[in-house]
Formats: sequence, structure tokens, C-alpha cells
Amino acid sequence: MFLERGSYMFEFKRIFKKSRYIEVKNLENDNGEKKPNIPTGMWVKCETCGKILYSKDLEDSIMTCENCRTHFRIGCRERINYTIDSGTFTEYDKDMISDNPIDFEGYSEKLQSLRDKTLLNEAVITGEGKINGQHTVIAVMDSNFMMGSMGSVVGEKITRAIESATEAKTPIIIFTASGGARMQEGIYSLMQMAKTSAAIARHNEKGCLYVTVLTDPTTGGVTASFATLGDIILAEPNALIGFAGRRVIEQTIKQQLPDGFQRAEFLLQKGFIDKIVDRKAMKDTLAEILKIHL
Amino acid sequence: MGTLPFEKHMYELKSKIDELKNLATEQNMDLGKEIRQMEVKLYNMQKEAYKNLTAWDKVSIARLVERPTALDYINKIFEHFMELHGDRYYGDDSAIVGGIAEFNGIPVTVIAQQKGNNTKENIKRNFGMPNPEGYRKALRLMKQAEKFQRPVICLVDTPGAYCGLGAEERGQGEAIARNLMEMSNLKTPIISIVIGEGGSGGALALAVADEVWMLEHAIYSILSPEGFASILFKDASLASEAANAMKITAQDLINFGIIDRIIKEPLGGAHTNVDEMALGIKRNLEESINRLIREPIESLLTKRYYKFRKIGKVVE
Repeated sequence: MFLERGSYMFEFKRIFKKSRYIEVKNLENDNGEKKPNIPTGMWVKCETCGKILYSKDLEDSIMTCENCRTHFRIGCRERINYTIDSGTFTEYDKDMISDNPIDFEGYSEKLQSLRDKTLLNEAVITGEGKINGQHTVIAVMDSNFMMGSMGSVVGEKITRAIESATEAKTPIIIFTASGGARMQEGIYSLMQMAKTSAAIARHNEKGCLYVTVLTDPTTGGVTASFATLGDIILAEPNALIGFAGRRVIEQTIKQQLPDGFQRAEFLLQKGFIDKIVDRKAMKDTLAEILKIHL
Repeated sequence: MGTLPFEKHMYELKSKIDELKNLATEQNMDLGKEIRQMEVKLYNMQKEAYKNLTAWDKVSIARLVERPTALDYINKIFEHFMELHGDRYYGDDSAIVGGIAEFNGIPVTVIAQQKGNNTKENIKRNFGMPNPEGYRKALRLMKQAEKFQRPVICLVDTPGAYCGLGAEERGQGEAIARNLMEMSNLKTPIISIVIGEGGSGGALALAVADEVWMLEHAIYSILSPEGFASILFKDASLASEAANAMKITAQDLINFGIIDRIIKEPLGGAHTNVDEMALGIKRNLEESINRLIREPIESLLTKRYYKFRKIGKVVE
């Protein structure tokens, strides 16, 4: 069940908490007259460039700043609504939730509270649908659920989606957003890296297309497994993409890191991604890629 | 005996025994009975201690500078080992040692993360922390083994993949991912043995195998206990609590069905008797290599896929 167009408001309010941009309340001009009656929360200020953004414009630009092209983080449901043709999405494994494989204290409780808060069961939604009429399997990660970390459920859902695509000889598109492997599941999370990569190996052997879309942030065990194995790897502008965390690297080398380090543009320059695609152009770009691979 | 914190009392007793032995020699006294009694006591203390090691104790053993490294074993287990170098694109990573050898006359490829046995060597080996070119060298050697139908034996011992600037620039994540993918489908048998520290993805990149074993006191984890403590407990000094919570010992992993075999270490740890340890590894390899080379490739690959496919606990 997907939230309707009004889901953008849901996203909107959630993004507030991420302090990516600042809410500007109603202002009074010098004569004490109130400005036109715009309800609180309908204006935001882009934290990157300072431009005031009207929420409707934000919605139309799919949560990006028209001025500086900053791409704000969005949830997986919104991503799917934008990418997949309306009415064509079938979700896989929607009821799957996490167990507590290494009996980590507080993990089960944390999961429950996140499920209540985000209305997601886990950090990825998988399924199939059409993009401009073309069929594909799709997986979209969500950094709102435990930083998009990969545990057994993310690993299992993604593996099953890849296996479905292999079985049906269809393409798969995976949108990544993750802080890495999920600590609370210990070695089980580490093994999901091998499991997902092995599934990709089989999909690849059958000559099927795998497109990765790296979104902000994509790090750790996800970068070091399926995220960097796409036949074609796209990225959103300025997305943080890397293996080790910035602070860990700084502590290791005891030096300042170059400007733009671990951003999509840096990776493009170093030869690790195929193309940076603005969110407004993503759907059409994916459709074009799918078409060429028919 | 190594310098492990939980061995303090044993170390003191050993010192006393040595003192007595010196005294007996110098003063020409017969202290045989007393010495033997103390040696029996020491042996029993060791047995007891090593039956009750905590996860943190094991971390100390796995990280001991004296612990045998890959090359210590390679030269005792294999014949005619010829080290091969380079990834053919960028450089030669000293943190990874790899090459061709014979195992009881069977040609094999051997690959390992290599730590140093002292500070100078550790610096040369980057403490066993590979850069992308190390993983790419490993992959090159594995593909070569596939071409010539040689079994691959990996010895895993690393705190993790190196977190340097150059490593990120040269695609550390991609190098690891590529190995995971290629190993899963490599058309030749692979056996990986964690001989010390199995540090996260940096270790896994050499451990997607038909059989994954651990030495008795080795550890294998998603992250270091210090890192785990700092992220989840917000306090890096709680590393020993983290080690216990994380379930990183060989015993934990075999209970989870994630590894296939534990190889017993000599009492006191592998460093107390490298020859005995090497022989133990060799005996296990003999049995497995003979079995795996007889298995049809299709069947081997299917089993390897399902070995990793089945790992994960979910609720549906």
C-alpha cells in the first residue's frame, strides 16, 4: 500500500528532522502586516545555498533545490512512486521483518520503534514494475530505517529480488542508500555481502542487465558488495559514496581530505561510476538504458 | 609463553620453574620432583585457562605479535612455494602474499593476508591491511588458478581492509565487491582458513569458499570490538564487552553454521608450537582437497552458492 501524492508531505515533514533545510515561519513586514497567508511549514530554506523554497516547488522537483541542485534524501516509497509507472508496482516480501540472530540487547525493541515511526518494515523495498512501459525488477533502500543498514532482511530481500530477475531473465535496478552493514546482527550482516554478490554473479552469468543507482549516502559493506557490481552504475549529484567513513580515514592518515572527497563527482573522476544523473532525469535515463538492453 | 593478560599467573609459575631449574644446575641439587610437580600444576592451569577463554582473551591471542603468520605456515605446509607479484594495473601490495605451490604433489594456488612478526615487518606489510591492489592481485591469482584447474587455499589474517586515502581513490569497495562476486563462481575448489583476525569485508574478500575454517583461537567479525564499542556503546574502551556481545569466536561461528570446521591449536596457542599447528592444518587440508577435487564443478558451485545463500535470520 503506497501513500498517495500527499506522501510528499510525509516525506517533507520527515526531512525537516534531518536538518537538511530550515523551516521559515511567517514573516511580518515593517508595518506589522502579515505576509500572505502561507501556513507554517510550506516554506523551507535550502541549507546549502540559502534559497527559500516553496514546498510545492520542492515536490515538483522531487525534493531537490532548483537553485543549487542539492538532492535531499528521500524515502523508498517516494522513490518508487517517482520511478515506477503508476499502478504497475508489485511488492515482494512486504511482511519480512528482522529477527535477532546474535541476541543483541535492545535490537528487537529498536526495530519495533523504527517500524512504528517510519511505517516501513525494513530498510529496503523490493518488487517489480514498469518504467515508461518497460518491465524491470527493482530494489530501493531507505536510509530512514536504521541508516539503511544491511542486516539479514535487507540481504534476503535483495537476494530474492536478484534471483527473481535471474529466473525471469529480466533486468534489475537497485537504488542504494546505506550506512553500511548492520552492527546489531554481527557476522550475519557481513555474510549478506557475500550472499548478494553471489546472486549478482548468477544474474550476470545469464547475460542480464543490472543497473545500480548510488544515492546519498552509500557506504561500508553495501559499497563493498552489490552497490559497485552494476553493469552500469549511476549516481545522484553530490551523493556521498565510499567504503570507509571519513573520520576513520582522517584518523588513519592524519591528514585533511581533499575537497569533494567521496562525493559522486570525485568517484566519476576516479573512474568508478558511469554517469551522474539529476533526479529529474533519472526515470527517463533508466528507461533509455532498459530500452537499449532489450 | 606469550605475554597474554590472562596468562599472568602461569607466566609467574613458569618463571619459578625456570629459576628452580637454574638453581638445580648451578648448585648441583636434585630438584626433579619439585620441578615436575610444578610443571604438572602449570599444565593443569593452562588447560583450565584455555577451556574458559572469553572472546576478549581470544582477541588478544589472535592479535599477538608472536602469533604465526601466513608465511610461517605456507613454508611448512606446501612445497616449492613461488611467490607471484602485482595486480598488473597499479602495484604490488605487500599486505597480500600469493603464488603457486605444491601440496603433496598437487599444484595449488595459495593466497593470504600477511602480517609482520615485528614492528619493522608490520610496517612493510601494512599490518596485514590490504589496499585495492592487494585484492586485485588476489583476484588475478585466483582466476589463474581457475584457468589451470588448481585448488585455491586462502589464509585469512587481517584487521581489515586499509582505510587510507589512496585506498578510497583506487576503489577499495569495488575491489572487495569484485572478489566476492568472482569467488562465488570460481570454477575450482577454494578453502579459506582464518588463522588470526578475520577483519570484516577485508577478510571476507578472501573467504568466499567451499569450506571456511577457523583456528581454535581465531576471531572473525563484522568490525573490530573497539569500533563496535565506539559506535554502539559510544565508548571505545568497552571493547571487551563488545567482543562478548558480537559473537566473534570460532565456537560462536560454528554454532551459527557460518564456518565449517575448527582446527585445534596447541595448548597455549598456535605461537607455542608452529610445527604442530602447521601439521594440524596440513592434515585437514589433505582430507578436504582430495575430496573437493573429485567433486564435479557444477555441484561444487551449487553447494558453494547455498552455503552463503542460507545465512540470515528473518521473520516472515
